[in-house]
Order: sequence, then C-alpha cells, then structure tokens
Amino acid sequence: MLESYVPILVFILLAVGVGIAPLVAGFVLAPRRPGSEKLSPYECGFEAFEDSRMKFDVRYYLVAILFIIFDLEIAFLFPWAIVLDHVGVFGFIAMGIFVGVLLIGFLYEWKKGALEWE
Amino acid sequence: MGVLIDLAWTIGKILVLVIPLFIAVAYMTYAERKVIGWIQLRRGPNRVGYYGLLQPFADAAKLLMKEIVLPANANRFLFVIAPMMSIMPALAAWAVIPVSGGWVIAEINAGLLYVLAMASLGVYGIIVAGWASNSKYALLGALRAGAQVVSYEIAMGFALVGVLMAAGSLNLGDIVRAQEGPIWNWFWLPLLPIFLVYWISGVAETNRLPFDVAEGESEIVAGFHVEYSGMAFAVFFLAEYANMILISGLATIMFMGGWYSPFHGIPVIGADGLHWFLIKTAFFLFCYIWFRGTFPRFRYDQIMRLGWKVLIPVTVVWLVVESGMILATVPPWFD
Repeated sequence: MLESYVPILVFILLAVGVGIAPLVAGFVLAPRRPGSEKLSPYECGFEAFEDSRMKFDVRYYLVAILFIIFDLEIAFLFPWAIVLDHVGVFGFIAMGIFVGVLLIGFLYEWKKGALEWE
Repeated sequence: MGVLIDLAWTIGKILVLVIPLFIAVAYMTYAERKVIGWIQLRRGPNRVGYYGLLQPFADAAKLLMKEIVLPANANRFLFVIAPMMSIMPALAAWAVIPVSGGWVIAEINAGLLYVLAMASLGVYGIIVAGWASNSKYALLGALRAGAQVVSYEIAMGFALVGVLMAAGSLNLGDIVRAQEGPIWNWFWLPLLPIFLVYWISGVAETNRLPFDVAEGESEIVAGFHVEYSGMAFAVFFLAEYANMILISGLATIMFMGGWYSPFHGIPVIGADGLHWFLIKTAFFLFCYIWFRGTFPRFRYDQIMRLGWKVLIPVTVVWLVVESGMILATVPPWFD
C-alpha cells in the first residue's frame, strides 16, 4: 500500500534536482560582473526612493483567509463525493446542511462587500 | 539489490516521462510564437533551422550564457530557491498522471488529492520570488498572482469535487475508466458547466492571458520575476509551461475521456491509446495560445469578480444538480 508512494518520493527528489541543475549550470557557465547599478532593483530607470517592502492592501489578507475556509471545505467534500452513491439521500442532506452554513457565510461576506475590488 | 533495481526502474520510467515533457515545453514556446505570429499575420520565428525549428534550443543556449543577477537588496537564499519551489510541484504532479491505460508512474488511490496538493504548492514559488526580490514591481506582481491563484483554486477544487462525484474514485486511472465508451459518455457532457469552470480556472491558475495581470508586461513589467535573469528566469518559464501542459492533461483525463478514442466502435481510428491522450492535450494547449492571441487582458477587479461571484456559485449549483442526477441514477453516466 505505502510502497506505491515511493515513486512519488523519487519523482519529487528528481524534480528538485531538475530545478537545481539549470541554476548551477547558469552560475558556472555564465559570466558574473556585478555592479552597483546592475544590482539595484528595477524601477524603470529611477533611483529606488524608498524601501520596496511597502504597506499593501488588507484585502489580500482577506482573500487569503477566505481561501483557507473554502479550501478546507473542499477537503471535507472529497471523501463525501466519493461515497455519495453509498450514503444516499441522508448523506446528501447532511452535506447540504454543512455546505449551507458555509454558503450563508459566503452570502454575508458578499453583501458586506468583502469581495469588492475597485 | 532488488531495491536498487526497483529504484533504477522507477528513475527510468520518470525519465521516459520527463524528457518528452521537456521537449514538449520547448516546442510549446516555439508553437506559441509561431501560432501567435500567424494570428497576427506574421511568420513567427523562421531563422534558426528549417522553419525556425531549432529556435527553442537557441533560446536555451542564450539563457544559459546569461548572467544570473542577484540584486543587492534581495534575500539571497529565498531568491535562489524560489525557482525550484516553482518547478518542483509543476513536475512532481506528473507522477500520478496516467498517459494511457496503466501507463502511470505511481498508481495511488489518492491521485487527485495529490494533484490538488501539488497545484497548491505552486503559489509559494511566486510569493517567495516576489518577496525575496525586494523590488516594488515584483512585490505587486506576487501579491496579485497569489490572490488570483488562491481565488481560482477554490473554483477549481469545487470542479474536482464534481469529477469525484461522477467517477466515485480519486485514482486518475479509474476516473478515465469511468468514462469508457463513446464521446457522449465522457464527463464533459454531464459536467459541462463544471468543465468550463475548470478550464477557465486552469487558465487563471497558470497566470496566462487573459488573466495575466500578475505579469502584465505593459503595466508592472513582468511581475514577480522582474529581477530574475538567465537560467533562474528560464526555470520559472519552464515551470509555467509545464503547468500549462499539466492543466491540459488533467482536463483531458477528467473531462475528455483520457486515452479513449472519440470514434468508439469504429475500426482503426476507434483504437484507444496514448495518441488520443496526446491529441486531446495538444488541443487544450492550442486553446491556451488561441486565447492569448485573441482576448484582451482582464482588469484585476474583473478577474476577482469572475472568480468569486461567478465561477464559485456556478460550481456549487451544478454540484447540487449533479447530486440529484447521481441519486436518481440518470443513465448513461450515473447508472
């Protein structure tokens, strides 16, 4: 059972290797002539006039939080979706209540304007 | 000894999959420029080799010889590992993709869950790259890309739930086998709205046009990878194209009957096999290029509205409809 996951582990290690190899090749083969202008952040030719880790919109956090809730919901739906034809109408209604509660939350955030970007 | 032989056999199988994948990525970049050239009444690349066929290799050699600039303000460690974090999931997800009946590297029962997990990991490469670069454009691009990818991942996750309900299995091979039969037996028909949602979110997940505000050459120059050059940039590029091929392959497996022939029952062209998987995947890849050549870029608020207020409600409604169809055992899909 668990042996069938070994190829995946090998594949992941190989994929990491595929990511490292070109970078190593690039560092070895390509020239390296750093200069203060070349190493400054790209700002269309202007001098960088403040730190680039600036404040950004709180809505990005909001999207991330909403994403966690809905992604968890999807993770809960996965096992239910597979056995739906065994659990029948009872399982359908049970999941309907669970998703319904989340949908009420979804409608609330929609009406509150949490999904508005202007 | 037996363990080593098993390991060598596994690595051999992985290479048989990954090397054609890289060739496909290389020629995808060529096909993209050629097709967009034709759409715009140009010739596209035609100087390197016959019809420009060696162009991808010329590009690879050029990128290999270019300096990898490490910006002075960047977090060096994060800056260097970000491309790896981006390409690792794009490749590793291929471990469970069945290209033909039984031709899969890891036949696991949790296949689709693994694919979803790997697809979710892709966003880390983008965020880390944008943060580590310590550049305003890179940070803006990473934030936009991160919010966009996670938003469309919800719609895509709901679409995957729809496929699971229809197939009754997480194993991608079993999902294809559940679609055995003529073209109207495949899941695209009973799950048509979910199929469209999946495909739209797939295009948005890979940050391709018309959803490419994360890169937006004409507004934030290149988004999260503006500070990357040489091979570090090439790895991001590889990851993006490997992801496109992955999304297309998944669309084939989940909705278009994988390796089954659309001409079921007809001799010769009705034969199932690897070639049908490749033809269908190539069609979806062509759609990527076609969209890029024809659609204007969406505005960011339009993208977020489409993801949250259109795609998610559509999938939820169709999941309810589909549950009804399954409980009523509607033939020919759910009997």
